[in-house]
Amino acid sequence: MKLIKTLTGDRDIALLVGQVLRTGVITASAIAFVGGIFYLAKHGADSIPDYGTFTGEGKEYTTFSGIFHGLTTFKPSAIIQFGALVLLATPILRICFSLIGFAVEKDRMYVVITLVVLGIILFSMFGGLKI
Amino acid sequence: MNILIFSLILLAGAYVAGLLGSLTGLGGGVVVIPLLTLVFHVDIRYAIGAALLASIANSSGAASAYIKEGITNVRLGMFLEIATTLGAVGGALIAVFTPTNTIAVLFGVVLIFSALMTVRKKHEHALQEGSRLSYVLKLNGSYPTPQGEVSYKLQNIGGGFSIMLLAGVLSGLLGIGSGALKVLAMDSAMKIPFKVSTTTSNFMIGVTAAASAVVYLQRGYIDPGIAFPVVLGVLGGAFTGARLLTVMNPKTLRYIFCAAISFVALEMIYNGLHHQF
Repeated sequence: MKLIKTLTGDRDIALLVGQVLRTGVITASAIAFVGGIFYLAKHGADSIPDYGTFTGEGKEYTTFSGIFHGLTTFKPSAIIQFGALVLLATPILRICFSLIGFAVEKDRMYVVITLVVLGIILFSMFGGLKI
Repeated sequence: MNILIFSLILLAGAYVAGLLGSLTGLGGGVVVIPLLTLVFHVDIRYAIGAALLASIANSSGAASAYIKEGITNVRLGMFLEIATTLGAVGGALIAVFTPTNTIAVLFGVVLIFSALMTVRKKHEHALQEGSRLSYVLKLNGSYPTPQGEVSYKLQNIGGGFSIMLLAGVLSGLLGIGSGALKVLAMDSAMKIPFKVSTTTSNFMIGVTAAASAVVYLQRGYIDPGIAFPVVLGVLGGAFTGARLLTVMNPKTLRYIFCAAISFVALEMIYNGLHHQF
């Protein structure tokens, strides 16, 4: 009986996690698509930037504040980059949902394991790794 | 050529890459890097940034379907993600200090290895006795087959964990999902049934790629002009590929594609050795 109970609990979380992943990808692609249309409408006739030499993107595309500022001014590239952010956030959100799931199941070991994974990702986001 | 034409060609190319990646089981991200660097002469760093995004989209889209079918071992995936994310962040950090030619050569080698992995024989083993650690970590599970639910147990968790660490480093360094190495760790080291290995590997790719992609985004490797056609194209191609796979068994096709991709990989290695990147 106990086994059946844990199995159904697992299923529910798994289905929720699947839903989060699907919604995230669809949302991100829709945003990137809209941004792409605006980008092409505005810059379509311009000549291609020199992608052969790496210069790196500026602050407007590499920081939260830069991307959000670009969004407020309706900049097409910023919309695409926002789509990229949503895409990046999808797996991270998935981990958060797994965390809630394990907590509901009172599976303490897996709450810790999930927290470790989340910690590593957050460390790489905010750990000042920008060299 | 203007931006409109470039974007449309890139979109079409990424679509084909996604289709090939899906049919061969290599993943669209892996195929899109040589396309960008060898055909479009895009700097490999921009290619890596776009490929990582494509890998996340691909993996997340496919994973949601597999989870629904109950094949993915979520606990196992979560546990092994400690290794892959740690490796991925490390790999993304090493990447700054690694010359692009070295990255290209390494990429070619990993691509050939991955192609070999997809055409080799698959073992549908299901161990009845697991190692002690597999019970402690609650990693043993079961999955549905046409013959009913099959339960399996794991062994050599330490070995699998170490290979996952390496898979993470390569994923962070090269901007790929390194699904082949993940499957190797689960299939060969831990003796997990093939179907569970591939779906759990896919489930993990999104998180692994996200761990290194945040580093790459902050470093300016992700260019919006390249990212949107690549992500949309690869995703569309992978979707078509998944549809095609339900109606056909592309065994011969897989051999041909893997051979073709090995040639592309050789060209990456050749160009890298001659400092063309």
